[in-house]
Amino acid sequence: MKKEWPLWEVFIRGQHGLNHRHVGSLHAPDAEMAINNARDVYTRRKEGVSIWVVPSSEITASKPSDKGPLFDPAEDKVYRHPTFFDIPDDVGHM
Amino acid sequence: MYAQMVKSDGPSDAELSPEERAFQARIDAGEKIEPKEWMPEGYRKTLIRQIGQHAHSEIVGQLPEGNWITRAPTLERKAILLAKVQDEAGHGLYLYSAAETLGVSRDELFEKLHSGKMKYSSIFNYPTLSWADMGAIGWLVDGAAIMNQVPLQRTSYGPYARAMVRICKEESFHQRQGYSIMMKMARGTEAQREMAQDALNRFWYPSLMMFGPSDKDSVHSAQSMAWKIKMNTNDELRQKFVDETVPQAEYLGLTVPDPDLSWNEDRGHYDFTQPDWDEFFEVLRGNGPCNEERLGARVKAWDDGAWFRDGLNAYADKAAARRLAAKTAAE
Ligand SMILES: [Fe+2]
Ligand SMILES: [Fe+2]
Repeated sequence: MKKEWPLWEVFIRGQHGLNHRHVGSLHAPDAEMAINNARDVYTRRKEGVSIWVVPSSEITASKPSDKGPLFDPAEDKVYRHPTFFDIPDDVGHM
Repeated sequence: MYAQMVKSDGPSDAELSPEERAFQARIDAGEKIEPKEWMPEGYRKTLIRQIGQHAHSEIVGQLPEGNWITRAPTLERKAILLAKVQDEAGHGLYLYSAAETLGVSRDELFEKLHSGKMKYSSIFNYPTLSWADMGAIGWLVDGAAIMNQVPLQRTSYGPYARAMVRICKEESFHQRQGYSIMMKMARGTEAQREMAQDALNRFWYPSLMMFGPSDKDSVHSAQSMAWKIKMNTNDELRQKFVDETVPQAEYLGLTVPDPDLSWNEDRGHYDFTQPDWDEFFEVLRGNGPCNEERLGARVKAWDDGAWFRDGLNAYADKAAARRLAAKTAAE
């Protein structure tokens, strides 16, 4: 038998209630072992309180060539940021 | 270094294509290259060789230290060494994952290591004869690795750079635990002090060899540096290592085994003796003191674990089939 263990993407949530973050990938025969391995590989120094694993083959990624159409439209919409608007100091904190 | 004398496949003197020129411009601008993006075939191949060799070094590098886990002098030292060696396994895994994003599988890389087609660092072909060697390895070998890995956090290939950030966070513990062993030994009994000195004597030149021979005139290095997958010349890093390490040896009251070592006021650096490069090439050729033993242990672990890997696969397949059957029955 010569079958490589499938690849999993690992996501960890740290101590302080932030989102799960992608930390890397690993090989494991199934989801349960992927979690066990992720514990050993990615949380040896208390980096997390929760682990997600997802088969890498299940990830759909945007194409590098779509960078322009996807992200350029945000470029000229600076008014989405609060600093775009000048509010006089007299108004106080806003 | 952990990746020594990596051959790079650059475009020779031929003209750069428009794609290659745009690629180089991105690198010059400090942009990261990510897995699915266009890259020259030479960049991809060179990186696979370099990251693969680096990963192999982390994995094989566990062996000389693993040798002493059961013989550590105290339970605490044993737990620390175990944690250190476990980190190295992790470093190997991060790096294999980074290599895999370039379209090579981990098993392919293992196969190349086991068949001798790919190398690991020359340093791990030296024996570990006493407990002081655990000190010397952490202090000198991990110390030398850090010299090279810190700048690689800024390398152009995203997954490689991210793996390096993770590794560097853990590496400083390795060096300090080694130095702490050296301090203990150097201030211990006369016999312990002698062991510490002996370990330094044996590991000094092999550590200098880790950076590889001078490459200031090497075409491969020039290409790799243009691609930012090599950040400094071997000589620069070696000099930096000597400059930082000599005072640390003095603090321990140990003597660096180089009678010509001296501070050069004009250069602002230490002058030192080069290691024996013939020995280095012999070790690379497979004729070091422990090449056979190291690769043998690695291949044996892989072969002996085959039934276990297959068993877990069979279990996973069976569980998946059972889940599928239950789902179909429910529909
Ligand atoms: Fe390491
Ligand atoms: Fe290390």
